[in-house]
Amino acid sequence: MSYDVPRIEGEEDPTLAGTRGAPLWEVFVRADRGLNHVHVGSLHAPDAATALHHARDVYTRRKEGVSVWVVPATAITATDPHDAADWFGSEHPYRHPTFYEIPDEVGHM
Amino acid sequence: MHPDERFQALLDADQKIEPRDPMPEGYRATMIRQIAQHAHSEVIGMQPEGNWITRAPTLKRKAILIAKVQDEAGHGLYLYSAAETLGVSRDELMMLLHEGRQKYSSIFNYPTLSWADIGAIGWLVDGAAITNQVMLTRTSYGPYARAMIRICKEESFHQRQGYEIMRVLCAGTDEQRAMAQDALDRWWWPSLMMFGPPDDQSTHTAQSVAWKIKRETNDELRQRFVDMTVPQADYLGLTVPDPDLHWDDDAGHYRFGKIDWAEFWRVVKGDGPCNRDRMEHKVGVWAEHAWVREAAAAHAAKVRLDVAATA
Repeated sequence: MSYDVPRIEGEEDPTLAGTRGAPLWEVFVRADRGLNHVHVGSLHAPDAATALHHARDVYTRRKEGVSVWVVPATAITATDPHDAADWFGSEHPYRHPTFYEIPDEVGHM
Repeated sequence: MHPDERFQALLDADQKIEPRDPMPEGYRATMIRQIAQHAHSEVIGMQPEGNWITRAPTLKRKAILIAKVQDEAGHGLYLYSAAETLGVSRDELMMLLHEGRQKYSSIFNYPTLSWADIGAIGWLVDGAAITNQVMLTRTSYGPYARAMIRICKEESFHQRQGYEIMRVLCAGTDEQRAMAQDALDRWWWPSLMMFGPPDDQSTHTAQSVAWKIKRETNDELRQRFVDMTVPQADYLGLTVPDPDLHWDDDAGHYRFGKIDWAEFWRVVKGDGPCNRDRMEHKVGVWAEHAWVREAAAAHAAKVRLDVAATA
């Protein structure tokens, strides 16, 4: 299991069991002040401090960021893509401004 | 909807396949093999170039080469992560490489005999890799495509620094020009082989194109690389080592001579100039540095215990 494969609610933790390797960490980088941290990938490291150093070396060799987060992959809970339609499928066109007609005479709104 | 239908519907809609989507076992196996082979190539590729770090001609060239080799390590890591999304572990992939059950690109079984080889690798080998990888940024598997986008941005530096090494050598003494020509002579044909067997002999191409893993065939990519690279060689005043090479005005392409596929298969099957050295070094270093991984794991365990004790 690896990045982009977060654990689904109620699922057993697949990452640590049975593997000799170091745990998996998800890496988030803030490209610049004023922007949010964005997921950029993952890496293996034995502990959080080492994970941060690895994240710096692997994901920010060219000033890609001013701040890094590392999160144990097992700490992320995700929706199941098989249920995506239930979660995200319903349309609400009336939540969008283009749903409403405004007469030209009224001008920009 | 049947899982296979859902997979096909996503492909037909030009949507990416993501890790938890249903996918045919053949697609999963092909993706694992291809991404792992790509990752192994990045990692083994550090060896021929690392060979010249201590002998780079100037401090600037040395700093650049170290940065480039570090990038190759990074590329290997992005790709191993992408492969892991398919349910295979990092340790498993490493074991498959070490046991010779997964391959890396044969190009790295050729030696770097002179400094000019570092130029030729950046210009030709990375140039060929970019041609392939630009196509792969549009591959159907999401994590692989994302890794490719990141890698392509960085490869451009690799190719340009390689071409600049060649340009400086070609503007130098007769001896330096001869060194550049010799590097081109040795790396040209292996670079063309990097695109893989011709389409009519490639067993995987048709299926890979159907699954939108590959968006173009080996021969199409090879032709594009030749068309781009020949004028670059002309600019350097170097001669491409192919007496049959000529411009075909009607087709709008360079026509090139016959590739020695017997050599290609010989190197793939283990009898290239450096196959044994590369694997011996890789496996040796992995074993030699086991203590680093063990120490890091022991330290992490101790920190966890200390935290638990004070909690």
